[in-house]
Amino acid sequence: MSQPTSSSRRIDLANIGANVLLWGYAAIVLAPLLLVISNALRPTREIFKNPVGLPTSPSLDSFVKAWEEANFNVYFFNSLMITVASVILATAVAALAGYMLGRYKFTGSRFLTAYFLAGLMLPFRLAIVPLFLLLNDMGLVDNRLGLILVYAATGIPFSVFILSAFFRQLPQELSEAARIDGAGEFTIFGRIMLPLVRPALATVIVFQFVPLWNDFFFPLVLLRSTDKWTLPVGMTRFFGEFQADWSTLFAGLIITTLPLVIIFLLATKQIIAGLTAGIGK
Amino acid sequence: MTATTANRAGKKKGKHAKGVGSGAPPWTVIALFILPAFLLYTLFMVWPLFQSLYFSFFEFKGLARGGFVGLRNFHELFTRYPLNEQLPRAFLHNVYFFIGTMLIQNTLGLLFARLLYASRFGKRFFQIVYTTPYLISALVVGYLWSLMLNPLFGPVNQVLKAIGMGALARPWLGDPATALPVIILVNAWQWVGFPMLLFSAGLAGIGDDLREAARIDGATSWKLFRYIELPLLLPVIGIVTVLTFIGNFNAFGIVWAMGGVNGEPAGATDVLGLVFYRTAFRGGVDAFGLASALAVLMFIFIFGVSMIMLGRFRRWEEDLT
Repeated sequence: MSQPTSSSRRIDLANIGANVLLWGYAAIVLAPLLLVISNALRPTREIFKNPVGLPTSPSLDSFVKAWEEANFNVYFFNSLMITVASVILATAVAALAGYMLGRYKFTGSRFLTAYFLAGLMLPFRLAIVPLFLLLNDMGLVDNRLGLILVYAATGIPFSVFILSAFFRQLPQELSEAARIDGAGEFTIFGRIMLPLVRPALATVIVFQFVPLWNDFFFPLVLLRSTDKWTLPVGMTRFFGEFQADWSTLFAGLIITTLPLVIIFLLATKQIIAGLTAGIGK
Repeated sequence: MTATTANRAGKKKGKHAKGVGSGAPPWTVIALFILPAFLLYTLFMVWPLFQSLYFSFFEFKGLARGGFVGLRNFHELFTRYPLNEQLPRAFLHNVYFFIGTMLIQNTLGLLFARLLYASRFGKRFFQIVYTTPYLISALVVGYLWSLMLNPLFGPVNQVLKAIGMGALARPWLGDPATALPVIILVNAWQWVGFPMLLFSAGLAGIGDDLREAARIDGATSWKLFRYIELPLLLPVIGIVTVLTFIGNFNAFGIVWAMGGVNGEPAGATDVLGLVFYRTAFRGGVDAFGLASALAVLMFIFIFGVSMIMLGRFRRWEEDLT
């Protein structure tokens, strides 16, 4: 399998070039992230003296300050509560609908599938004015429940899309055997089918969690009082108030991002699968 | 094993081999399964979108809807100062944003996907590293880079000085000439992993026998890429283009963090998302009517152009096959 030396040398050169490029870009991605961590661990006066450098005596003071003085404890729990509740609500209703649309054909089932699918392409932020008025009429402006309902609605199209595709692939004998044993539709769904689509549930949960945790637009518009704010909205006030205290700013960035890092480490596979859903094999 | 049993069942019944149930349950059961998702999605997503269209023809006084005013809101968008100046400028910035992202982010994404496809090890590592910033909130990414690019204490200028390129150091976000290009680059920094993953999946879907055949015919790797892989990637390129377009025309958080609600400096980074927000929630007493009209125009434009793009790409694919 030996090749002529000239061509193998060329391949080697190309290979080196490719590696330089890949590592170079990896450095561009990682350097700012590492700098954030390093700078959060050292006092602001050290950062101003030398913006790029390692902490001489690492301390977590800035995290404590961000958490207690900059209200991150409040923002964090609001974000967590709102995101988790929205994801649970959307996943639950999407699993029910996805099951019915994935397993059965009935009058209107194709229309309903298309109707849910259309939501994948709708720029729903543009509906904010009527949404604001609707929630205002319901007494749900400046109310965490209002945000949860909106968030759950935005998560439904993707979740129905993924879950119905997974339900469709399950073999039919499973449900038929259960039906012969006298099981009702809800039992078949909950006891037999739902456990079998666990990988899809994981994808759907992760994929709702990340954008909701990061969303800035809806809480900016729908939440007024600071004690209800989520992390991204809190961040805008924080960057004004602490603009001279860089160490705390960096700590705030880390606190906001940490839950996503944990999710990423736990679910890299689901994230990559979900990002490329529908392409290739 | 499940596949064989499914097959056997399929043969026995003659149809429905795929596992889709034949006898649908009664209507009441169907409704119980579908309704929760249907109501939530309709009430909080679909219905408000339709209402935007309806509201755009009405006058608003604060939260109260007044009388029908025809196309007046639309007319006001293009004649009332300062909207008549901000709107075209913001639109142009979104167009630059899209072109810049296509040229930089998506070209890099394709390059990285191709390099990683050929490389034997480290593939997983690079994929994970390049995708990491995607997880971070656009707002956090914006704030992070505005600290990095700070003219006094920012590491970027500091590093430039340290390597003898101090002449390049400048207030990146304070200079109207560099502010928008810098935001485009930072946005690309955040998102490049996404087109890379899509292109990787696309490249993996191209059969190895095709590559083998081309190689036996003496094709160089460039020719293999240009004449085999690139045409077969067209569907993925189409998806990436449309998603980039939709994403860029909805840009909001990253611009807010780096240029503020008014797209500083001097509106050099103002985009449609910010104009829409300001019109609705920082506008005058009739803001809601104007904002609804703007929402309708943006919706028609974004949705319409996406559809045209998808159709175009589909026709290209057909021409090629």
